Amino acid sequence: MRKWLIWLPLVLFLGFIALFASGLFQPDDRIIHSRLVGQPLPAFNLPAAASDRPPLASSQLAAGQPRLLNIFASWCVPCAAEAPQLEALRAAGVPIDAIAIRDARADVDAFLQRNGNPYARIGLDARSEVQIALGSSGVPETFVIDGKGRIAYQHIGEIRADDVPMILDRLRSAQ
Amino acid sequence: MKYLVLLFALIAAPLSAQTALPPAPYANQQIADPALERKAKALMETIRCLTCQSQSIADSNASMAGDMRSQIRERIMAGEQPEAIRAWLITRYGDWVSYEPTAAPILWPLWAAPLVLLGLGLLLLRGRIKRKGRA
Repeated sequence: MRKWLIWLPLVLFLGFIALFASGLFQPDDRIIHSRLVGQPLPAFNLPAAASDRPPLASSQLAAGQPRLLNIFASWCVPCAAEAPQLEALRAAGVPIDAIAIRDARADVDAFLQRNGNPYARIGLDARSEVQIALGSSGVPETFVIDGKGRIAYQHIGEIRADDVPMILDRLRSAQ
Repeated sequence: MKYLVLLFALIAAPLSAQTALPPAPYANQQIADPALERKAKALMETIRCLTCQSQSIADSNASMAGDMRSQIRERIMAGEQPEAIRAWLITRYGDWVSYEPTAAPILWPLWAAPLVLLGLGLLLLRGRIKRKGRA
């Protein structure tokens, strides 16, 4: 018993080395997904964020047809980068609503003028309340909402050009 | 010229500014009632910030952490219990958002560790005492 016990510290040491090495080669996933995927959208009723778009309420997202709910902000740089992809989705016939986080109407108007406006309705979430209720952890994020108002998918970060077919697939399977 | 530069420096907005909006009302302001503030503060120190992931929202300057602080203070003032707010956040962000360990089965080894270590220590001690008695 004593004889092999002497090797225990070395075994423990090698075990720790293996643990740390695996951590180095397989870094932590730092993206926090919403736990509400698959569940109904929390109820909200937001004022209009832009001068020429109507406000947004959660009931309007349960309209029988899958839609996109884009979480963006005028102060967010990647949000401007995903604008062409949202425009492409809109051109493909996808209805897109949006929530502007911690924003002001003048800033949203200027942002939309600069980057285009693919949105049907835009709600203003000045204090991130709806964002927190959605389990969203940043901007931009895009939710696929099915016809019954349930969250079918959450896309974290900007939509890149090669994400567009995947988003269209998600919309189709949410039908 | 020097003053002009100084003036520009004063009016320039920092490039990394997150938002143009002022913080939510209770992001940096305490509740007037100290007992409620203590409750809110204890909760905020165990809620993890989503933007700066290794800080609590009480320590973080991220605008989202400020909004979460304000929301927590307002809900505590409305009479909600801290553990109910924590549970509400966990249904949105998972156990990840709370620094307080739960009783979930995956954490049982963590809770058992002190007992196991204490038991090991007692075993070692018993061996030593026996050996000493013999000598």
